[in-house]
Formats: sequence, structure tokens, C-alpha cells
Amino acid sequence: MSTTTDHPVQEASSTPPAPGRSRPLSDRGLAVAFISPAMLLLLAMSVFPLLWALYLSFTDYSATRDVPANFVGLQNYIDILTSAQVHQRALTTLIYVIGAVTLQTVLGFAIAYLISRRTHGRGVLTTLFLVPMMLSPVVVGLFWRFMLDAQFGVINSMLGSLGFGQVEWLTRQRTALLSLIVVDTWQWTPFIMLIALAGLTAVPKYLYEAASIDRASEWFRFRNITLPLVWPLLLIAVMFRAIEAFRLFDLVYILTSGGPGVSTETLSFHVYKVAFLGFNTGVASAYGILMVLVVIVLAQLYLRYLNKLKEG
Amino acid sequence: MAISIQEAVPTGPVPDDPPRSRRGGRGRAVVEVVLLAALAIAMLFPVLWILETSIKENRDVYAVPAKFFGFRVTLDHFKDAFVAAGGGRSDLSVAFLNSVIVAGGSTALATLFGVPAAWAYSRFDLRAKKDQLFFILSTRFMPPVVVVIPVFLMYRQLGLINTKLGLVLIYAAFNVSFTIWMMKGFVDEVPSEYEDAAMLDGYTRFQAFRRFTLPLLVPGIAATAVFALIFSWNEFVFAIFLTSSQDVRTAPPAIAGLIGGTTVDWGLVAASATVFAIPVLVFAFLVRKHLVAGVTLGAVRR
Repeated sequence: MSTTTDHPVQEASSTPPAPGRSRPLSDRGLAVAFISPAMLLLLAMSVFPLLWALYLSFTDYSATRDVPANFVGLQNYIDILTSAQVHQRALTTLIYVIGAVTLQTVLGFAIAYLISRRTHGRGVLTTLFLVPMMLSPVVVGLFWRFMLDAQFGVINSMLGSLGFGQVEWLTRQRTALLSLIVVDTWQWTPFIMLIALAGLTAVPKYLYEAASIDRASEWFRFRNITLPLVWPLLLIAVMFRAIEAFRLFDLVYILTSGGPGVSTETLSFHVYKVAFLGFNTGVASAYGILMVLVVIVLAQLYLRYLNKLKEG
Repeated sequence: MAISIQEAVPTGPVPDDPPRSRRGGRGRAVVEVVLLAALAIAMLFPVLWILETSIKENRDVYAVPAKFFGFRVTLDHFKDAFVAAGGGRSDLSVAFLNSVIVAGGSTALATLFGVPAAWAYSRFDLRAKKDQLFFILSTRFMPPVVVVIPVFLMYRQLGLINTKLGLVLIYAAFNVSFTIWMMKGFVDEVPSEYEDAAMLDGYTRFQAFRRFTLPLLVPGIAATAVFALIFSWNEFVFAIFLTSSQDVRTAPPAIAGLIGGTTVDWGLVAASATVFAIPVLVFAFLVRKHLVAGVTLGAVRR
């Protein structure tokens, strides 16, 4: 390639000016040809269904009845936003998201910090810590269900040998939500750890060296060098996790199925019940559209921070 | 996994000055190692417990108190996962095969559509490019359980309910947005001057892409495809709502179906979960360098 740049004039003259004139047009054509298949796929599988859901959200349609849908205006939205049931699910979701993401962030950052201070075996350690994250939520949910089983679960067995009584983890109101948070934390702490570690290893060494020369205390170094430099990246990870936790469904489905009672019923799970057990498709669509709006707002925030990070 | 060790600084980012580490440093290092070891055990115990349960005899699986050591080793659960009771293939092995087809098909489709789009987004000044890219990302963030309601109705009209093609298409849509975001990062790293130079040589823009840029993108494409594979392989929500029959179902709903009855064969669940998870772990290990980018949908890269 270096040879070509040496003789640009010669090359240009050997291939007549035709490309020069047609290039802008063909570039555009090429861009359209390259982008449209992907866009069409997204429009067909993602936008069109959502527009359909938007339409259904203004009707009383039910997927099991053969009656045509009646237009009900904003009634579905009003019903959902004023429903005490939905408020409770929103609260459950909020507790779950905040609890899980906070625990993951604290633990994940702590592990990353500890790993970053090791000089040997970092690769092996990191690899081992990342295993839970790669597993399917189905596998994770099933296995924790087995481990948390009140009778023959290994957790109760260990607690028993320490002298504690049996805990009915998944069948008691209080502990069920706690179990859900713990399992999600177990699976996703590695995610925060991975990103925090990327941030920690990117902190320039000379900053620490300068601080050492100034005899700055360990805490000072952490507070004034490490944290400010890692924080933006950590925030990205936290927001990402929050979106994922908000839309979580499979773990709830497998671990508790929303029970006992409705104590672990998150918004995602409630939508599922309205849509596939109650077959109130219209209401479920309105519900879904509202959740999509929340996700879009969160994603917008996420992206804004990301852009800030890239520019800064 | 390896972002730090292979590319970044070889030593710890906190080089203690000698006098300091001589004094309190040793004791502190011990505390840190112990803490790290405890956390590692806590994180890995469930994984080890799956493995252990998968090779235990049923008697030992349900033993109270739990048996950590000294159980009889058996491979029966793995056999049960693949071979049906009366001989022949088990439902689970069919499900695994379906998973391979669906994951492979959707990844191929997403790569085929996503890579050229990523290149176009990287190279050309398009109208409202930022908005388009945001739109693409936001489709990936949609809650599956919400999307599945209209998709279910749509598939019912089109006859795609309970077909592998239906699953391939919906996974491809989710993966194509990931592929575009992930690949755009890789394309950005290839200088566009290569293409400009090739075009001065008389190649068209398309030829320049095909012959000069594309070969440089192969490692990135491979890594991206692996993440798409993992996503499709692990996906559960669409699989459970859009398919119902044994011969179409993928592995996640099939494994989840094992706990439907009154008694649960946890040994079998453990064995099939192990078989299911191993390919993912192997693949994840292969792309460990790109893990940070992969798990953040290509948004964060170092």
C-alpha cells in the first residue's frame, strides 16, 4: 500500500476520473445496501411488533377470544398506573434492582480492587471469578433452587452443621426476595468486577508514584486517585446492570415463579402473568409499552454517560 | 479475564515503596489474600456443587447432611441426559441439537447483516447517525417478556410459532444490534486510509472493503460471533413462549422442564446443566480478551 501512495498522480491518471464523479453517489448506495438488511430485520422483528403492541394497548383485545378488539382509548394505561397491584410490583422491582445492583457493585469493586493489588495469578483469579456470569440464567436458577431447598439443600445443610435451624429460603415471603437478590448478585458480581478491573488497570502508574513521593496515605490515594478515575466506568457498569435487572424475567420464573404469594413478582413477571395467564393482551401491551418507555429513558442515560466517557 | 494481565501493566498498579511494605505490608497482604480466597470459594462453590451433583449417585444427591466428599462416582446422569430410557436419543439430546441449529443459524444471519452495516456506520457520514445507532442499541435493551407478546401474535399469523426459523429470526434481530455496536468498534480501529489508498489504485469502495478491510476484521468478527452464539445459546424467554413441542424446543426450556414434575431428578438436572454450560465456558475463554467489550454490547472497550 505504501507504494501506491508514492505515485498518486500516476495512479489517478491511469484510472480515468469516472470514479471521482460517481463516488459520492455510489458511497451512499453502498451505505444503504449495507445497512438496510440489518435495519429491515430490526424493523420487522422489533419495531413492527412494538407498534402492534402500541395499537393493542388502546384496545381490550384478548389473544384467546375471537372477538374483534374494541377501542378503549387510554383506559388500559389509566388502569395500570392507578392499580395498587402494579404499584406493589413496582416496589418489589425497585427493592430488587437497588438491592442487587448495590450488592454487586460493592462486592464486584472490592474483588477487582483486591485482584488488582496482586502481582501473581491475576489471570487465573479473574478467569475463575467470571464463571458465574457466563452461565445461563436457567442453569443458575435451577441450581440455586436445588441448593436453597429447605430439606436437602446444601445451604441449609451447612447452616445446620453450624448450629442454625432450617430456613425455608424460597417459600417464605421475606427470604424469597432476599434469595432472589443473592442469586442475582452471585451471577452478576463478576460483571462489575470485570469492568472495575479494566478501570483499575488503566489508572496510570505515575499518579501512584507521585502520591508515594508525597507520602500520601493509602486512603488518600484510593479516595483521590483510584476512585475518581474508575468511577465513570463503574457508573456505566452499574447502569447497564440496572437495565438488565429491571427487565429480568427468567431467574424469577425458575427460582420462585413470583411466589410465595406475590412477594417476588417483579414487573416483568407480572406482565407475563397478565399476558399469558390472564390473556388480557390489551392491558399487557399497555403495561409493556410503559416498561419499554422506562428502558428507553434508562438506555438514553446510559448512552449519554458513555459519550461523556469517550469524549473525556 | 485477561484484559489486565496480557495487555496492561505487568505489575500491580500500587507499587508500595520499600519501607512501607516492610512494615505493615506483609500482614495486610495476608489479609487480602485470605479475603480473596474466601470470596473465590464463595463464588465457585455453586459451580463445583453442580459438577459434584452430576457425578453423584441419587442416594448421595439427597443425603442429609450433604456429602461433600466420599460419595460414589457415577456417570449415569450424563448417560440419562443423552440416551432415552428405552434406548435411542433422549428429548434432551434433541434439544441440544436444536440449540446448536438455532444458535448457529441466528449468529450466521446476524453476522451477515451486522458486519456490513457496522462498516457503513463507521465509514460514512450518514444522516442522524447517532440517533440510528441509539435506536439500534435500544432494541437490544427491550425487555424480552414485553417483546414476546406482539411477536407471539405476529408469529401466530405467519405460522412461525413453534418453528426453529421463528427462533432464529428473533435471536438474529437481537444479535444484529449487538453485532453492529461491537463490530463498529473493530472497524473504527482499522484506518480508513487503507481503503482510500486502495481506491486510488482503482478499486471500487466495495472492493476495497472486501479485499483490504474485511480480512483485517476477521478476528473481531470471530469474537463478535462467539458472543452472539453465547447469547442465543443461553436465551430462555423467547424459547419458552415461542416453542412448545419436543422436536423444536431448545435446551434451556428443555432443562427447565426437568423440574416440572412432582419429583425432581437433580442429578439429571446437574448433568444436563453441565453439558449445557461447558461449550459456553470454552467459548468465553476463547474470547477473554474482548470480554469487556462483549458484555457491555461493544460500548466499553479498552
